[in-house]
Amino acid sequence: MERRVAVIGVGWSGFAPQTADLSYKELMFEAATRAYEDAGVDPRRDVESFITCAEDYWEGFSIFDEFVPDQLGAVMKPTCTVSGDGLYGLAMAVMQIQSGLFDVVAVEAHSKASDLLTYEGVLRFALDPIFTRPLGWHPYALAGLEMARYLYDTGALEEHCALVVEKNRRNALANPLASYGATVTAEDVLASRPLFEPLKELDVAPLADGCVVMVLAAEGVARKLTDTPIWVLGMGWASESIAPEIRDWCRAVHVELAASMAYDMAGITSPAKELDLLEVDDRFSYKELQHVEALGVCTYGEAARLLEEGAFERDGELPVNPSGGCLGVGNLLEVMGLHKALEVVLQLRGEAGKRQVPDAEVGLAQAWRGLPTASSAVVIFGVEKEVGKA
Amino acid sequence: MMSSVKRRVAVVGAGITLFRRRLKETGRELSFYAAKMALDTAGITLRDVDAVVCGTAPDAFDGVHMKGEYLLDGMGGHRKPFVRVYVGGGTGVFTPIAAWWHVASGHFDIVLAVAEEKMSSCYPHPQKAFTTIFDPMLTRPLGANLVWIFALEMQRYMHVHGVKKEQIATIAVKNKRNALDHPCAQLAAKITVQDVLNSEVMVWPVQRLDISPPSDGAAAVVLAAEHVAKRLTDDPVWIEGVGWCLDSTYWTNRDLYYPKYVEYAARMAYKMAGIKNPPKEIDVAEPYDPFDYKEAHHAEGLMLARKGEYLKDVKDESDIFARYGRDGDLPICPSGGLLGVGNPIAAAGMMKVCEIFWQLRKEAGKRQVKNDPRTGVAQAWGDLMQVGTVVVMRV
Repeated sequence: MERRVAVIGVGWSGFAPQTADLSYKELMFEAATRAYEDAGVDPRRDVESFITCAEDYWEGFSIFDEFVPDQLGAVMKPTCTVSGDGLYGLAMAVMQIQSGLFDVVAVEAHSKASDLLTYEGVLRFALDPIFTRPLGWHPYALAGLEMARYLYDTGALEEHCALVVEKNRRNALANPLASYGATVTAEDVLASRPLFEPLKELDVAPLADGCVVMVLAAEGVARKLTDTPIWVLGMGWASESIAPEIRDWCRAVHVELAASMAYDMAGITSPAKELDLLEVDDRFSYKELQHVEALGVCTYGEAARLLEEGAFERDGELPVNPSGGCLGVGNLLEVMGLHKALEVVLQLRGEAGKRQVPDAEVGLAQAWRGLPTASSAVVIFGVEKEVGKA
Repeated sequence: MMSSVKRRVAVVGAGITLFRRRLKETGRELSFYAAKMALDTAGITLRDVDAVVCGTAPDAFDGVHMKGEYLLDGMGGHRKPFVRVYVGGGTGVFTPIAAWWHVASGHFDIVLAVAEEKMSSCYPHPQKAFTTIFDPMLTRPLGANLVWIFALEMQRYMHVHGVKKEQIATIAVKNKRNALDHPCAQLAAKITVQDVLNSEVMVWPVQRLDISPPSDGAAAVVLAAEHVAKRLTDDPVWIEGVGWCLDSTYWTNRDLYYPKYVEYAARMAYKMAGIKNPPKEIDVAEPYDPFDYKEAHHAEGLMLARKGEYLKDVKDESDIFARYGRDGDLPICPSGGLLGVGNPIAAAGMMKVCEIFWQLRKEAGKRQVKNDPRTGVAQAWGDLMQVGTVVVMRV
């Protein structure tokens, strides 16, 4: 049996379309300070390892971890970059603890998307320089193509995707971290500007800035420091090739693989029954449906109907993206997954305020690495089960 | 810290490509060659691999955003758990560290760690990409490049300890000569101290032959949990210590004569491996040598010599071979190091881990050190003179 690991502190900052008054270092400092305070740890004394999740091109300079240690309190400590979404960083932190190397590890991820002059240009650099980039596509064209294929294959309609937008942006109204809460109807979405058909303007999550820091600890330390540890019950991550000609265009196989790894670890056999809420990647509206299916809470092609029936509403059978998701909170680049983890942790602690899902005990966060990748990570969190309770 | 590392992890296979300017091959292909060789020598196929860890340094070399994602199918990551870790130049030794925690945590039994670098595609020269590692407001406007800051560091090291350029040049002579026996080497040569001192001045005191060449290449290792390793091979090489440490961003505020971050990383790894007297207990070492003085700098950080004493009494070539040659007191960089084999950043660090693996398995052929090595250490360095990564291996 592996060592149990819990989230013992969370902190965040930013969460706005623009954070012109703060540098990325200040965003990180604020989030880290809050997380350490929440966990009751002194980073210089107690935190043994630090992980930052970043990609050089988002930052605009090379070797990002150079610029990390001071504002995290990580100077002269084991510190590294995970070039990936925050959930990957969280998984690495859990393994560092489970290996027996450390007892307390901090994970950081952020988005300073507002510093990007040309988001599209950066994204284009992620396309294969020989095979795909010369086609001159906007990378979002891949999402349009995949959406068309997904809708054709499952029989889901553009209207269903529009309903996802309506739900998530409405959910976001109750979330103080969400930048894009709004009363938007499905009709508004369908009538919005076509981008890469069938993808429309309101199907796409707009960019936002933000930073999340989490402190994780081994069981013994966690119990000493907090009465409300949120346990990491399972985690998984998987990739498909970045080459669009190789990967599956209908199903999110990377999510299926990541979920299966996480369920195995958590001992979850019927996710629809055992999970109380999902935070899934919805950078594009159809992705929520595709990802929910890949997580195995319903069969492939069934998500649209469940959505229509209201199952994924905050008060539905299985709330999906009660935070407002990416559509409501924003496309947060590499902090996407850590924001989703933050939402799950707050929900499980009962600290989600107006958007609280009642009796949430087990929640799942999933993040995709965005276009043009086919890589995803999944982490399942749970509260302490009281003795005698099933 | 290090309260309960219980699961033992072994290296069971290693692979490497030719280090060269390889215009006709993509980074994916280079990764494939190294990964394939590592799997073949471990006697397994990709199907046996539970997870893949990728190491590669600045995306700016290739001009590819999310370079790990780009490389992933070449590294064998398609439909597997795949992650990229990154600590600048320290990445090559850090990649097997990350693979180590994948296995040591109990989640995976066989993990493939691949490090790749393709620098030649950077126009007009990879140094251009290195200009983007500096703080965009404080340092970049000065037009700083890497050779520049190494010149500062080398000058400081020489000044504090009274070390002479003639002494430092012996390291270049040793490593380039050692590399003559490395089949993947790019700049193996029989040169003299005078050749180094006569070579073109880049940024004083750094001259052309003090520097390792930019390169393209990849290297890989296969890590396995104890029960699997013992099934796969009679000669597992155990990873007994891992350490890494990152200093402050503000490199202008620290005294460059000594890499304290390397010492901290080494202390972490030695503590885990139970090493109390490094020069006595370590039989072979591969400290990071992108510049010749760096070997001395890092060997001191690894506590293989006292501060400033790595080159004490080393006056000429015969002295350095007697001390640190393959049949010397303590063999250092028997591979030929970055100075001789080449410096495709992340791959170069991994090359050092591969070399320790081969040395401890007595599979290094003509490069084999003569002291029947039992314990070896590989180390890399990176960022703004800021990070140390250390792996201790044993048979």
